[in-house]
Amino acid sequence: MKLIEVKNCYKVYNNGVTAVADLNVIIDKGEFVFVIGASGSGKSTFIKMLYREEKPSNGKVFVGGVNVAKLRNSKVFKLRRKIGIVFQDFKLLPKLTVYENVAFALEAIGLHTKDIRPKVIKALENVGLKDKMRSFPNQLSGGEQQRVCIARAIVNEPKLLICDEPTGNLDPDISKEIVGILDKINKELGTTIIMATHDRDIVNKMKKRVLLLENGVLAGDDKKGSYIVHESN
Amino acid sequence: MKAIRILIRGIRDAFKSVVRNFSLSTAAITCSSITLILVAVAMIISYNVKNITQDLEKELTIVAYIKNSGTNENINTLKASLDAMENVENYKFKSKEEWKLEMKTYSDTFSTALEYLETNPLLDSFTITVKDVTSLKETTEEIRKFEFVSSADYGEGIAENLVTAFDVIEKVTLVLVLALVLVTAFLIGNTIKLTIFSRKSEIEIMRLVGSSNISIRLPFLFEGLFLGILGSIVPILVTIYGYVLLYDHFNGYLFTQILRMTEPFNFILYVSMLLLIIGAVIGMVGSYHAVRKYLKI
Repeated sequence: MKLIEVKNCYKVYNNGVTAVADLNVIIDKGEFVFVIGASGSGKSTFIKMLYREEKPSNGKVFVGGVNVAKLRNSKVFKLRRKIGIVFQDFKLLPKLTVYENVAFALEAIGLHTKDIRPKVIKALENVGLKDKMRSFPNQLSGGEQQRVCIARAIVNEPKLLICDEPTGNLDPDISKEIVGILDKINKELGTTIIMATHDRDIVNKMKKRVLLLENGVLAGDDKKGSYIVHESN
Repeated sequence: MKAIRILIRGIRDAFKSVVRNFSLSTAAITCSSITLILVAVAMIISYNVKNITQDLEKELTIVAYIKNSGTNENINTLKASLDAMENVENYKFKSKEEWKLEMKTYSDTFSTALEYLETNPLLDSFTITVKDVTSLKETTEEIRKFEFVSSADYGEGIAENLVTAFDVIEKVTLVLVLALVLVTAFLIGNTIKLTIFSRKSEIEIMRLVGSSNISIRLPFLFEGLFLGILGSIVPILVTIYGYVLLYDHFNGYLFTQILRMTEPFNFILYVSMLLLIIGAVIGMVGSYHAVRKYLKI
């Protein structure tokens, strides 16, 4: 059952750069998909279009049956509540504790305080950080901060988790740990995961579906993939 | 219920944020305090000048004397004409006999001199108050047209100059108040923009985790409101204590008995209330606009 369908999608920025051209992708519920490609290949634009940070210049982007390309700015928050996003730079609030950072996502959507606590604790347990919930982000390692970011992304139990180079700032061992957590979330919670990455080792080890973008065009789609190396790479 | 929760969280987060961003909050509060003190000073000057001008205008009257040859019929004619004149607020007639009696009380010399004279040398008079002092001259000239009127005067020159001068001062201070309110809006707005700029990543995260625009804005709106209210406390205290001290120091009169200061109560309460409203509204409007910049609306 498809969760995401991108149809004839183009994205041309105001400066004339074509980031994505004639992109057609279908991703089913429960899939774990790597999106790979060189810098400037359109990975981030593709990812951003899924959570409607960018609007396609042309074409359709269906997420959970809704064409997000047509979504009004004032309604984007409804889409964001159904998806979790993990960033390379974590985007944690430095003045909030780990618990508060994760709870922030639930408070933002107006959930009752008594419902927030169990959900936050469960999410922190999922990423193995329950014992650090009173720490502040600057007291954590990079890997731990990324785990907080993942906990914040999954606390609302989204059907889709979008990860934009989540291991970009981490060393190989920690990166494997993070991808392991994502894999566990995918398997245990059935969350669809789309992860943009540059990390060949991880892609080769995981044997998941791989989408290769080159100059904004889908250059490869390997269902049981490894890191696809094209001549240009 | 959800709306109330979002509202309560907005207030709580705003309060936390004012405390957590202490240095920027202090900057915003200081900035609004200084400009609101200037607004308060300009408001006090403007209101006092307005009151002094009104007082002076009330004092301005036309005094018309009837010739010695004037008859009762003439007096009645003038009374009827004054009743018909649009600009005449009211008038008071004083006969020469009444004048004589009054003047006798002034001093013994007057009394003896007036007793000594066979005929009363004084004249019947009308003291006329007008509605619009700017038409004082025209009304006086209309009265002068009557043959039996010996003279009609209103203190030409001095009165007009004084009224014009105060009129100008009143207008200037009013413009000053408006300009200062605008400057205050600009300064407070910009300082709040700075505090919000330093927290744009917070706004970005709120957007990414699915906060609606209203729930993102709400804490910032309350923060602007708090900063505005906190910024108006010092100006309010300065207004209350400063004006009462000034009023007591001058005994309610500025330099001369003619220039009467406005009484402190309820005037300063009214100014204080205005300062509070200006601070609060500008704080809210400033943060509303600043947040708007970081929201895709």
